[in-house]
Amino acid sequence: MYPKENLYSKDHEWIDVKGDIGAVGITDFAQHELGDVVYVDLPEVGDRFEQGDPFGSVESVKAVSEIFSPISGEVLEVNAALSDAPELINQSPHEKAWMIKMRIGNADELKSLLSAEDYEEYIKEQSSS
Amino acid sequence: MLGSQCLFVISKGLMMNAAASRKTALNAIHRQLGARMIEFVGWDMPVQYAGPLPEHLAVRTRAGIFDVSHMGEIEFRGPAALESIQHMTCNDASRLAVGQIQYSAITTPQGTFVDDILVHRMGENHLFCCVNASNQVKDYEWFKAHARPNTDVIDRSHDFCQIAVQGPRAIEILRPLTAIQITAMRYYWFSQGEFAGVNAIVSRTGYTGEDGFEIYVDPRHAEAVWMRIMESGRPHEIQPAGLAARNTLRLEAKMALYGNDIDDTTTVLEADLAWICRFDKGDFNGRQPLLKQREEGVKRRLVGFDMVERGIARDHYPILLDGKPAGFVTSGSPAPFLQKNIGLTYLPSDRCAPGTEFDVVIRDKPVKARVVPTPFYKRPKTA
Repeated sequence: MYPKENLYSKDHEWIDVKGDIGAVGITDFAQHELGDVVYVDLPEVGDRFEQGDPFGSVESVKAVSEIFSPISGEVLEVNAALSDAPELINQSPHEKAWMIKMRIGNADELKSLLSAEDYEEYIKEQSSS
Repeated sequence: MLGSQCLFVISKGLMMNAAASRKTALNAIHRQLGARMIEFVGWDMPVQYAGPLPEHLAVRTRAGIFDVSHMGEIEFRGPAALESIQHMTCNDASRLAVGQIQYSAITTPQGTFVDDILVHRMGENHLFCCVNASNQVKDYEWFKAHARPNTDVIDRSHDFCQIAVQGPRAIEILRPLTAIQITAMRYYWFSQGEFAGVNAIVSRTGYTGEDGFEIYVDPRHAEAVWMRIMESGRPHEIQPAGLAARNTLRLEAKMALYGNDIDDTTTVLEADLAWICRFDKGDFNGRQPLLKQREEGVKRRLVGFDMVERGIARDHYPILLDGKPAGFVTSGSPAPFLQKNIGLTYLPSDRCAPGTEFDVVIRDKPVKARVVPTPFYKRPKTA
């Protein structure tokens, strides 16, 4: 269910690392909790974030949730498809609905993220609490 | 994301822990249907079943069924019952025929809201008020404190479950279930009689802007009545609908929510409800200040707005007029049927004209909004 090549944060973001660039999105668990996404607020190319900084927000009919950067870095690309089709986040959270691509500032930070297996454990714990 | 960052927009003080909450007689059904439950003003209530979007659209195009048993019901009897209601509310209940209902407000001596309510006339001196769940205890205490002598004020909230069926198909779904002639029932009228084999009060009222009915039954019968309605509604694809859809539906229809759009700091005239304020009926709490406000001119008014630039205005977001802080959004959300983002706010009276632009501050950025005429949505007239 959760792509093995990705790393995951406890805030339910995923990052797909290729070289020094990471594509970032929110996980299937997150989109399911949110419900139908009606709006996405994303940063601009060139914006910089530290690990854990909010870089945008996702809104459903009833709630707005911030999205936190899983790593420090600079935004290189923003997924323009999401502003017209925010429902892609519900339909394809791990593929079509990547949100930003970042240049990874500090590769060591990746060590603090979870593997797919650890993330699946983590959400199992969350769901039963 | 999620966890403590997740804001729930339709009410204050919501938590996922429903351990101490009251449950309606339909609680087990909601859980069986897989509803997502939340705590709402002390009640364990369904916020959604299929999702706020499909539920909202179902009500606008077919029918939705809501558990609104958390609402309060307060009865008035005695030779001074009507007189008491007349004194404590701003609309004119003496104009109600038996079987008729009016939207009204319990007013403070300042002309602001204790609550907005529906007043039902059951007899010459027999009335019944449906009140907001959030104000049930407060209203009952207020009524007891302010009613005239020789008035029995009886809190009947425990005696009733309330089920709302709303949407263009509501009448077809409910008609076969009752001996009451609901086809002939006019909007804002009610009747008592047999419904799904039990005694019920059935009113043609609702909080969605659609045609629909609200059915009051003994809690012991609530589950059976719900199931009968669901069975009758199946060919019409009736949709259980929760609090999230209830909020977006009422907002599209520009119906006020106590605690957001109206409260004890807003007057009936400021809230754009002059039509329920009957100065000629005789004295009532707040009549003097309201009359004065009408004569001097209301200084601010509740208006509806659309978002012009991309963004969703949410409850309590600040607003800027000419770049300066000018209050906040009282109710705001996406409008699922209208497919735009809407909201309500108070603006100075000289800036309330449709087309007036202002900004809503969304995550520290001003985003353009524009005053529009309301209601945002009006149901199509049937032939």
